[in-house]
Amino acid sequence: MTCDEAEVLLHALIDGELDAGHAHEVESHIAGCPRCAAALRDYREISKAIAEAGAGYAAPAALRQRIEAALPQPRQAPNRRAVLRGFAMGSAVSALAATGLVAIVLRHDDVERIQSEVVSAHLRSLQAGHLTDVVSTDQHTVKPWFNGKLDVSPPVIDLTAQGFTLIGGRLDYIDARAIGAVVYRRRQHVINLFVSQTSSTERRPAKIDTIQGFNIRHWSDRGLNYWAVSDLAKDELADFGERFESAIRATG
Amino acid sequence: MPIKATDDDPEKARRFREAALPYLDDAYTLARYLLRNADDAEDAVQECYLRAYRHFGSYRGPAMKPWLFAILRNVCRAEYARRATAPTSAIEDVAESAEQTPLWHETQETPEAQLQRRWDSDTIRRLVTALAEPFRETFVLREIQNLSYREIAEVAEVPVGTVMSRLARARAMLRSAWLAEEEQRK
Repeated sequence: MTCDEAEVLLHALIDGELDAGHAHEVESHIAGCPRCAAALRDYREISKAIAEAGAGYAAPAALRQRIEAALPQPRQAPNRRAVLRGFAMGSAVSALAATGLVAIVLRHDDVERIQSEVVSAHLRSLQAGHLTDVVSTDQHTVKPWFNGKLDVSPPVIDLTAQGFTLIGGRLDYIDARAIGAVVYRRRQHVINLFVSQTSSTERRPAKIDTIQGFNIRHWSDRGLNYWAVSDLAKDELADFGERFESAIRATG
Repeated sequence: MPIKATDDDPEKARRFREAALPYLDDAYTLARYLLRNADDAEDAVQECYLRAYRHFGSYRGPAMKPWLFAILRNVCRAEYARRATAPTSAIEDVAESAEQTPLWHETQETPEAQLQRRWDSDTIRRLVTALAEPFRETFVLREIQNLSYREIAEVAEVPVGTVMSRLARARAMLRSAWLAEEEQRK
């Protein structure tokens, strides 16, 4: 091998792009050629120096923000009317409180407060990058992910065949406690299934409420409380809950 | 005026963010070296991401990084073309003359002349930035971005053989510059 050939091929040697036969040829040339050997040493030294010192540039934060702002926001188009309904309800509650009917309101307060926290958690999850902590369509990946993060193990059930795609899991906070959220998708609609422990093992049949335009299907079974929240229509959310419950029963 | 991506599918936007935004620093680095100007690099990277988002629906590979780089390179080439026709500013004059006048002489290196010292990242950046096109591009894609020869060939739209000869030339030039720098600081 001549120096001219070696001068080009020794780069492929440095970069690990040379097959064994050619690598051997280049190496034997270098063994007998101090000039090429020196070049090889220097090139390796330069590569190492660049890797160690770093020669990249960090993108300015403003650039990142401009790109973020130019992309569509990854959330359901927030239903403006739904948000307004939420405000309307809030003021209705204040109006009740103001007229001295606080006691009546308070009786439902706990349930309502938790339901509205569930909706808030659902809304938060739709903000950029908050939907899932673990992204997987595989229930055997999502379920173990919750281990050690919660005092309960939320059942993770694959309902893809039923038209509800599992997309991942997330840790959330409801009522100041960590709670598991299993995330499903139906078409463009996200369903958050919040699961927490309850002291009662009694089965409580499902009830669907609407808060701020979101439907919530709440039920309890085998010591777990479930809230499925989505902007899906009531009948579709009911379908989701029923399929989930029957899948749980099928697992024994 | 803010430029908006036209497609409003939030799921597509989410997938695009996850796939492409991790390479923002890499893309900005490449643009800085190609355009040798921070402001132009920012504009080019922004344009690159918006174009990439528009074409993301038909993206089937290769790896995300070379795919983004190929788009970025086209954006940068359009910028070269604009510079070529635009009335030259003072900054561009400096860049042009830097390209025409080599900062060092390509000497026949001897075994005795070997690299003695390591440089800080600012010096390395300066030496790499001073390399002439297209050697600078090939060198940056290989040494800073860690692309394979095949990926570089795809990004730069040249055969692998050309990548190899450009890289050989780029490294030889950088080595001479490196030695010249050592000589100067003695």
